[in-house]
Amino acid sequence: MTTALVIAVGLAGGVLAGLFGVGGGIVFVPTLALGLGLSQLDAEATSLLAILPTAAVGSWRQSRRYGNVDLRAAAFVGVGSVVGVQLGVIVATSLPEDVLRRLFGAFLLLTALHLVWRTRRS
Amino acid sequence: MRLLLIGVAAGILGALFGVGGGLVIVPALTVLCAFEQRRAAGTSLTAVLVTAVAGSITYAFHGNVDPRAAALVGVPAVVGVVAGTSLQQRIPVRGLAYAFAALLAVVAGRLLIG
Repeated sequence: MTTALVIAVGLAGGVLAGLFGVGGGIVFVPTLALGLGLSQLDAEATSLLAILPTAAVGSWRQSRRYGNVDLRAAAFVGVGSVVGVQLGVIVATSLPEDVLRRLFGAFLLLTALHLVWRTRRS
Repeated sequence: MRLLLIGVAAGILGALFGVGGGLVIVPALTVLCAFEQRRAAGTSLTAVLVTAVAGSITYAFHGNVDPRAAALVGVPAVVGVVAGTSLQQRIPVRGLAYAFAALLAVVAGRLLIG
C-alpha cells in the first residue's frame, strides 16, 4: 500500500472512529499490519502511539467544550491502566505472532458485534 | 478501587491489542460507577491518553514502535475524528454503522484465517 493510501485510511479511520465512538486503534492496527506490512506486535505497539494525538485532541475538546471529563476518575483509571499495560505487554511480547494476530481478529469481530448490538438498541 | 481495577483491565486490553481500552472503560464507568454516557466517553478519552503514553513508552523499550508509521496514520486521524464527531450530530449513522461493522468483520475474518 502506498504512503498516500495509508494517510487516506488514517483519515477515514478517524472519521469512522468519530462517527461511531470506537477508538482509532481498532482501525490503525489492521492498517499498519495489512497496509504497511508491520508485524502484528509492531502494529499494535505503533497503534498506541498513533492514538495519542486523537486522544489528546478529543479529551481536550470534551473537557473544554462540553465539560464531559471527570478528571479525578480519569486519573484513577489512568493509574490503573499503567499497571495493566505492563501485564498486557508481557503477554503480547511472549505470544507467537500468529496467535496474537488471531486474538486480535477475534477482538475485532467482538467489536463489530458490539457495534451492531449498540446500534440496534439505540 | 473500582476505578483502579477498570484501569487495570483497560490497560491489559489496550497493550494486548494496541487499542485505547475505551471499549472497556465506557461500559464499566456507566454500569459500575453510574456515569452518564457522555461523561463516561469524555472521561474514557482522557484515561486512554494515559494508557497510550504508558503503552507507547513500554513498547518503545522493546523496540516495537515505528514512529513514522504512527505519524502517518495518527496525524490525519485527528482531522478525521473532528470531522466524524461533528458529522455524527447531523447525519443518520444507522446504516453506516452496519456497513462499518461488516467491514470490521471482513478484516477480522482475514486476520483469523490468513
